[in-house]
Amino acid sequence: MRGRTSLPGLSGLGSPRGLRATTTVVVVAAVLLPLVPLLVWSVAGTWRYPDVVPGRFTRRGLDLVLDGEVVAATATSLLIAVTVAVLACAIGLSAGRAIGLYRFRGRRLVQFLLLAPVIVPGLAVTLGIQVFFVRYGLADTVLGVVLVQLMPTVPYAATLLGAAYANLDVDYERQARTLGSGPWRTFLTVTVPLLRPALVTTALLTFLISWSEYVLTLLIGGGQVTTLPLLLFAAIGSSDRTAAAALGLLVVLPPVVIVLLVARRLRGRDDAWMGLARG
Amino acid sequence: MADPTLAARLDVDGLGARFGDVTAVADLDLSLEPGSFTALLGPSGCGKSTTLAMVAGLLTPTAGDVRLDGASLLGVPAERRPVSLVFQKPLLFPHLSVEQNVAYGLLARGRPRVRRRTGALTGAASRQEVVTQVEEMLERVRLGGLGRRRVGELSGGQEQRVALARALVLRPRLLLLDEPFSQLDADLRAEMRTLVRELHDEADLTTLFVTHDQDEAVELADTIVLMLDGRLAGAGAPEAFYTSPPSVAAARFFGATNEVAGTVVHGHFRGPGPLEPALRLPTTAPEGPAVLVVRPEAVGLGGDVPALVTATRFAGSDVLVDTTLPDGQCLRVRVPLGTRVAVGDRVLLALDTERCTVFAQEALR
Repeated sequence: MRGRTSLPGLSGLGSPRGLRATTTVVVVAAVLLPLVPLLVWSVAGTWRYPDVVPGRFTRRGLDLVLDGEVVAATATSLLIAVTVAVLACAIGLSAGRAIGLYRFRGRRLVQFLLLAPVIVPGLAVTLGIQVFFVRYGLADTVLGVVLVQLMPTVPYAATLLGAAYANLDVDYERQARTLGSGPWRTFLTVTVPLLRPALVTTALLTFLISWSEYVLTLLIGGGQVTTLPLLLFAAIGSSDRTAAAALGLLVVLPPVVIVLLVARRLRGRDDAWMGLARG
Repeated sequence: MADPTLAARLDVDGLGARFGDVTAVADLDLSLEPGSFTALLGPSGCGKSTTLAMVAGLLTPTAGDVRLDGASLLGVPAERRPVSLVFQKPLLFPHLSVEQNVAYGLLARGRPRVRRRTGALTGAASRQEVVTQVEEMLERVRLGGLGRRRVGELSGGQEQRVALARALVLRPRLLLLDEPFSQLDADLRAEMRTLVRELHDEADLTTLFVTHDQDEAVELADTIVLMLDGRLAGAGAPEAFYTSPPSVAAARFFGATNEVAGTVVHGHFRGPGPLEPALRLPTTAPEGPAVLVVRPEAVGLGGDVPALVTATRFAGSDVLVDTTLPDGQCLRVRVPLGTRVAVGDRVLLALDTERCTVFAQEALR
């Protein structure tokens, strides 16, 4: 159990508990306050300049969100983001193991190459990649979009999991082997649990990158693969503020909810989350 | 499943491990009788942990063979060897409870057995049986009732007991211990030694225990195997390392500080020049230049080897006296408290010939 010491008479802002409460309020406010105008716009029918509140309310935004096209786009976004997160974690686990655990010739180069997609503008690369995707029939498909989204996600996954692997004591794996556990079982029952905090962080981060990805999806999806950000940009482009606000909320809220839920689940454990060092 | 009470015989033949240009272990021969308790002793970095890793299957040897009851283990992956290894660190899986840790190996080993044999669950496969075995094992390492604890709530000694239980619950035919107590306090270490010896005797195991602590090896083991610089430097009963060490290096490791140079002629060691004939004893060492090794406690006063006292030092239960022989060689003597010797005294020393060992000069490398 975590010891909570608080001196009598010193409760409030100075105590760890008070400090934590204050931090929570600040963080929640910083995350949620910018959403307030969005929330108001999504139900506003007309909202002219000097008015503090909209002159007329509408449920057009709500109807829009429940519309078949939007629901389908949400499902597509979810499918792509989850697939990308899972694949990026899988690739990140193997690449991270190599750069985190082993010292080999050319390790720095591999590390750099893994980060390169983040350094080089994805747009430039994608324009080139598109040609090949068209040739191999990957353009305009969900699979193509998933593949191209691995580009901005794998570097982060490999780096985060590489750092986690560097902190991993491989003697745990050796111990498991001598207890009769084969390589796969050892990986699933020992390595993955030990890397769990970093894995959760990585899955979350890559999910979020994919969830809000626009340019790559547009280029490779070619308008055939419709995700939420695509609908959102279309709405912004057509100056329909109510629609844009409603879609914006739909894009922003799930990540916020997921982050809060995961943070809540992980709090109170010994694992450091987001920070990678284990105590 | 092998008979759980059948301790295995371990043979290591010409074992070698090289990492690039570095030779960690070279040409190592070992034989462990079934049921024996052997200490693999040596300073840190001498290759003893590497040897253990090769026996456990965590490292592939670059030369030689490891055999269990005559059958080679090379090519058998670590998880299929009937061998358990306890490391220096407890390495308890932090995401599992104490009992889940102990059950880990049973579940890992039990599983394939269920798949292969159709029908009833056998061996460790039955859930209830796993629970029973884990509880029994925790009881035996004096941790009864702590099964539900989280690993982080245990003390260092308790953690290492769980690690022992986790290894022993698999009924290994060979138990490997890699300095399992070196991170514990002295009194806890003594307690754990007793426990390990008890568990060994109860389970009828063959145990190979790696340590750098000479006292630990002497106290625990039936046989000591000494390793120096990746090579075998002698094997035998603990007493033998004191009375007739197998090599000069072994004698030095066990604290025999006295080395007297001389010659072997006609089957007798003779001290140099002025020491003849006082320092003379029969030996089987080859003719030629030789060195006589004798522990300080095997030398006493009241003989016929003349010496000059150069220093005395109180050493708790006795006194260490440094003397110089007529030819200038030094000899350290351990005498009882209260013996009247002072610096500058001329004394006559007696060497216990039973505890003197003569090595040919070449043996000094």
